[in-house]
Amino acid sequence: MKTKQNNFLINAPMHVFVIIVAIIWIFPTVGLLITSFRPSADVASSGWWTVLAHPFNFTQFTLSNYRDVITNIGIGRAFVNTLIITIPACTLPIIIASFAAYAFAWMEFWGRRFFFILFVGLLVVPLQMTLIPILRIFNQLGLSGSFVGIWFAHAGYGLPLVIYLMYNYISGLPSEMFESSTIDGATPFQIFKSIVLPLSIPAIASITIFQFIWVWNDLLVALVYLGGTPDVAPLTVRISALVGSYGQNWELLTAAAFVSMALPLIIFLSLQRYFVRGIMAGSIKG
Amino acid sequence: MRTRWYTPWIYVIPALFVLMFFLVYPSINTLIISFFGPRSEKFIGFANYIYCFTNQVMLTAFRNNLLWIALFVPITVFLGLIMAVMLDRVRYEPIIKSIIFMPIAISFVGAGVIWKFVYSYRPIGSEQIGILNAFLSFLGAQPIPWLIERPWLNNICLIIVGIWIWTGFCLVILSASYKGIPRELLEAARVDGANELRIFWKIILPLMKPTVAVVATTMFINVLKVFDIVYVMTNGSFSTEVIANRMYKEMFIFQNYGRASAIAILLLLFIIPMIIINVQRFREQEAIR
Repeated sequence: MKTKQNNFLINAPMHVFVIIVAIIWIFPTVGLLITSFRPSADVASSGWWTVLAHPFNFTQFTLSNYRDVITNIGIGRAFVNTLIITIPACTLPIIIASFAAYAFAWMEFWGRRFFFILFVGLLVVPLQMTLIPILRIFNQLGLSGSFVGIWFAHAGYGLPLVIYLMYNYISGLPSEMFESSTIDGATPFQIFKSIVLPLSIPAIASITIFQFIWVWNDLLVALVYLGGTPDVAPLTVRISALVGSYGQNWELLTAAAFVSMALPLIIFLSLQRYFVRGIMAGSIKG
Repeated sequence: MRTRWYTPWIYVIPALFVLMFFLVYPSINTLIISFFGPRSEKFIGFANYIYCFTNQVMLTAFRNNLLWIALFVPITVFLGLIMAVMLDRVRYEPIIKSIIFMPIAISFVGAGVIWKFVYSYRPIGSEQIGILNAFLSFLGAQPIPWLIERPWLNNICLIIVGIWIWTGFCLVILSASYKGIPRELLEAARVDGANELRIFWKIILPLMKPTVAVVATTMFINVLKVFDIVYVMTNGSFSTEVIANRMYKEMFIFQNYGRASAIAILLLLFIIPMIIINVQRFREQEAIR
C-alpha cells in the first residue's frame, strides 16, 4: 500500500501533465459545440463558457442556428453535395485498385515491376502538380463544375495509395490457396471474386474509411474543379466562404462547422480501430 | 498463377489509364508550362522560377514554410513521443488518446473555424468572446489580435492549429511502436538503477528511431503542402502566406498558370527525396519477400 501511494506521488506530475494536455485539446471543440447551440444575441454578448455556470438551464440553448444554416444559408445542400461527391469518390478507386493490386500481386506479366514502382513513386507526388493541366482538360470537356469530374479526380489521386495498400494485403494471402484453386480449375476472376475479395474485407474497410475522410474533408480539389457554385459546392468550400461573409456570426459558423464534422466524428467514434488503421496507412498520401 | 498473356492487363489497365491521365501526364505538362508565360503561349525560360525566388510575397511564403517546419515538425513529433510514453502508464490511456487523435477526423476547414473562434478578437472595452482574449482580460491584460500581429505571433497561432490536428497522429503511431519495446529491457535498466530520463534517452529513443524518422518525414511533407488552415483563417494576409496557398492564388486569382506551375514544381522538388525513400523502402520490402 505504501509503495502504491509513493508511486502515485511520483507519478502525480505526469497525471497532471497528461490531463492538462487533454483539456487543452478538447476545449476548442467544446467551445464550438456549445456556441452552435446558443442564441445569436448571447453569442455576441458573452463567452460560451458562461453557460457552464448553470449547465442544466436548457433555456439558454436553441436549435435555431442549425435550422438557419441548413435551410437558409445552404449548408443542407452542401451536406448533400458532399455525400454525392464522397460515395463514388470512395468506391471508384477501391474497385479499380482491387483489380490492379490482385494482378500485381499474383500474376506474372511484362512490366509488372516497372509499373508497380511507378505507382509507389506517385504516392507522394503533391496534387498541386496536376491541378492546372487537368483543369484545362476538364474545361474543354465541360467537366469542371460537375460531379463526374471530381469523382474521377479523387479516384486518380487516391489510386496509388489504395493500390499500394491493397497490394500489401493481397500479396500477403497464403499462396497455397491460389495454387489449389488453380488446380481445381478456377479462373483468375473466380479466384478474385470468391477468395481474394472476401478475404480482403478488413483491409477494404480501413482503406474505405481513409478515403472517405480524405474526400469528405478535402478543400483544394473541390475548390479547383467545382468552384464555389452553391449547387455543387461541398461543405468545406461552403464553410470557408461563410468564414469570409459571416465572419462575426459565430453561432452560424460554429453550427455549420459542426454539421460538417458530425459524420466523420461518428465514424471515428464508432469504428475507431479501422479508422486508426486507415489513417495510419494513408498518412503518406500526396 | 498461370494466365493467358493478356489477362493481367485486363485487371491493370483501368488503373494505369486513370493514373496516366490524372498523375503522370499532368505532372509532365506542369513541368513544361512552368517555362511558359501566364497563358502558356510564350516560352520564357526560367523567368517564373526567378520570380519565385525574388518576389517579396514568395519569399515571405518560403520563410513561413520554414517556420512551419522548424516548429510544427519537432513539436508534433516530440509531444507525440512523450505522450506515448506517459500514456502507457496511465489506466485512462484510451480516452486521452481518443481526445488527442480526434481532430484528425475534423476537416482543416472545421479546425480553422474552431480556432478562429479561439483567437477571436474585439477592440478593448467590448466583451471578449474568444477564450484567449477573455482570459487576458480576466488577468487585466489587453486583448491581442492573434491573427493580425505579424510576423511571428500570427504565424505561430496558425502553426498551433496544425499541431492540434496532427499530434494525435504522431501519438498513435509512436505509441504502437513504444508498446513493441520489450518490457524486460526497461525493467532491467530500472533494476540497474537508471532513472526514467536516462532510460528514455538511452533505450527508448534509440529503439524507436526508425518510427520517429517515418513520422517526422510524414509531418515534413504535411508542412510543405499546408494550405487549408491558412486559406480559411487568414488567406495569407498579414504576412502569413505559405507556398501552397500562393500556388492557388497564382492559379485562380491571378490566372498565371506559368508561375503557379513553377511553384508546384518547387514543391515537388522538396518532396522528391521522399519519393526516392519510398521506392527504396518498397524494394527492400520486396527483397525480403
